[in-house]
Amino acid sequence: MSSAQKFRLAGYALLLAAGLVAPLVVYPVFLMNALCFALFACAFNLLLGYTGLLSFGHAAFFGTAAYITGYAAKVMGVSTGLAILAGTAGAVLLGIIFGGLSIRRQGIYFAMITLALSQLVFFVYLQASFTGGEDGLQAIPRGRLLWVINLEKDLTLYYVVFAIFLFGFLLIHRTIHSPFGQVMKAIRENEPRAISLGYDVNKYKLMAFVISAGLAGLAGATNAIVFTFVTLTDVDWHTSGDVVLMTLLGGMGSIFGPVVGALSIVTLESKLSDKVGSLVTVIIGAIFVICVLLFRRGIVGEVQGLYRRVVGNRV
Amino acid sequence: MSEIFGVPIAALFGQLVLGLVNGCFYAMLSLGLAIIFGMLNIINFAHGALYMMGAVFTWFLLSTWNISWWWALLLAPLAVGIFGVLVERVLLRRLYKVDPLYGLLLTFGLALVIEGLFRYQYGVSGLPYGIPEVFQGALNLGFMFLPKYRAIVVGVTLMVCFGTWLVIERTQLGAYLRAGTENPPLVQAFGINVPAMITLTYAIGVALAGLAGVLAAPTLQVSPLMGSNLIIVVFAVVVIGGMGSILGSILTGLGLGLIEGLTKVFYSQASNTVVFVIMALVLLVRPAGLFGRER
Repeated sequence: MSSAQKFRLAGYALLLAAGLVAPLVVYPVFLMNALCFALFACAFNLLLGYTGLLSFGHAAFFGTAAYITGYAAKVMGVSTGLAILAGTAGAVLLGIIFGGLSIRRQGIYFAMITLALSQLVFFVYLQASFTGGEDGLQAIPRGRLLWVINLEKDLTLYYVVFAIFLFGFLLIHRTIHSPFGQVMKAIRENEPRAISLGYDVNKYKLMAFVISAGLAGLAGATNAIVFTFVTLTDVDWHTSGDVVLMTLLGGMGSIFGPVVGALSIVTLESKLSDKVGSLVTVIIGAIFVICVLLFRRGIVGEVQGLYRRVVGNRV
Repeated sequence: MSEIFGVPIAALFGQLVLGLVNGCFYAMLSLGLAIIFGMLNIINFAHGALYMMGAVFTWFLLSTWNISWWWALLLAPLAVGIFGVLVERVLLRRLYKVDPLYGLLLTFGLALVIEGLFRYQYGVSGLPYGIPEVFQGALNLGFMFLPKYRAIVVGVTLMVCFGTWLVIERTQLGAYLRAGTENPPLVQAFGINVPAMITLTYAIGVALAGLAGVLAAPTLQVSPLMGSNLIIVVFAVVVIGGMGSILGSILTGLGLGLIEGLTKVFYSQASNTVVFVIMALVLLVRPAGLFGRER
């Protein structure tokens, strides 16, 4: 077993153990929020870290799924599991449309297009009636999962959310380590070469985009059930920016990076918001600048590098 | 004949002029973005924040030191330009060797910092700024009243845009700039100070944003949030026009402002989104943008 594999296996075991024990120590709702954003960031990383596409509009998928789930559960009285599935399906559909449009350009243009499209979604939801406009959707019932499991209890819901997170995380892991994932990385490293090897690059990019959008949607849908409300913040470009930062801070292109990044940022925001108020944005922005200037590999990337150097020196 | 398609002519032209004024801001901001992108290969996400800085600085000059709009027209772009020099020298310079996406991320963070600080200082509500006395009132054109200040905004913008085009396409400095965009090492080998030129380009680009802020102060509400809403629309404008040509970005900006104005008259619900919809359509038909080159 190589050291990288050992590193990863240890990470998985740690993640699983921590996830199972955590709600006994920390407030479950906070943890659920962190897990939703961790899944969101992992989904985003599939695109940025493994395909090299920087989407600046991922909040559109997160928020769309949240609104659909909220509307289905509250207004149409659909059971919770189905509502989450419906939300995810909505995000997948939106992903097909946005992905199809934005992969027509590359690099910086791709980022600007996804940002503009998500702003389009924002304005549509601001004016549409089913979203509740500025008020958002309030008092969404958590309901029961499969008619049996009562989700009103925080601890029960936590383990459901943790299971959803693990499902998404393993799906991403599977995708990355499949032949499909190898092609994604090839596109990231050298797109013209991937084309000349005969790969239909646009098809792969679109697939990656749709998977990423769907999982971002799953995260948003789950988050709506956790908080029992959805507001315009969920589709706002600040949320898109947050998820970019989580991935950048944790380490893009590493599977644990976004999880670490999401936990750090969610913790930071919840600890700071009552102390410094509106200055949170300034701190978030400053972290962005510092990350880009000083450690572009992110926390996990730096730790891995350090580990390798230490082990390498011993041998 | 005082109506077209059931809309009073005066109202129609009123909205068109308003659209043109917005188009002026789009044009000036996308022009700055295009110049910076050409030379630095970076999309300046902080452009909206710097535009806001220009507007708030204009307000600050008047309310604190009673310095008039005329002076602000000179001082605000200068201040924003100097700030730009600092940003380029201290921050952006370190990123030229890495993926251009990092430039986008860095300037995004910078935009958050600037906006957050201004919001902390001035809150989110608007800061009142009156129209300069000479430009108050309107001209009667027979079929409509044209507010003088709006005419001035359009006039100044056209002059500045044309001037920028002239400098880039018709002067020695512009020739250096264009050569530097194509092949920096070669230009440097001819003894031209390319790093200084890059700094200058960034400063001029953001000074244009500052100038747009001064022009916006009397007509739009001055507030710390005014830039972030605008910059996303400007990004869409840039995608529609493509950043290959200077005249292209000016025309696209003005045209989209007009279309937005028309939408306000005929289907006001879509006025926020029409630019984004056009962007999607352009991507379907002509992915490189109206004036862009695929590369």
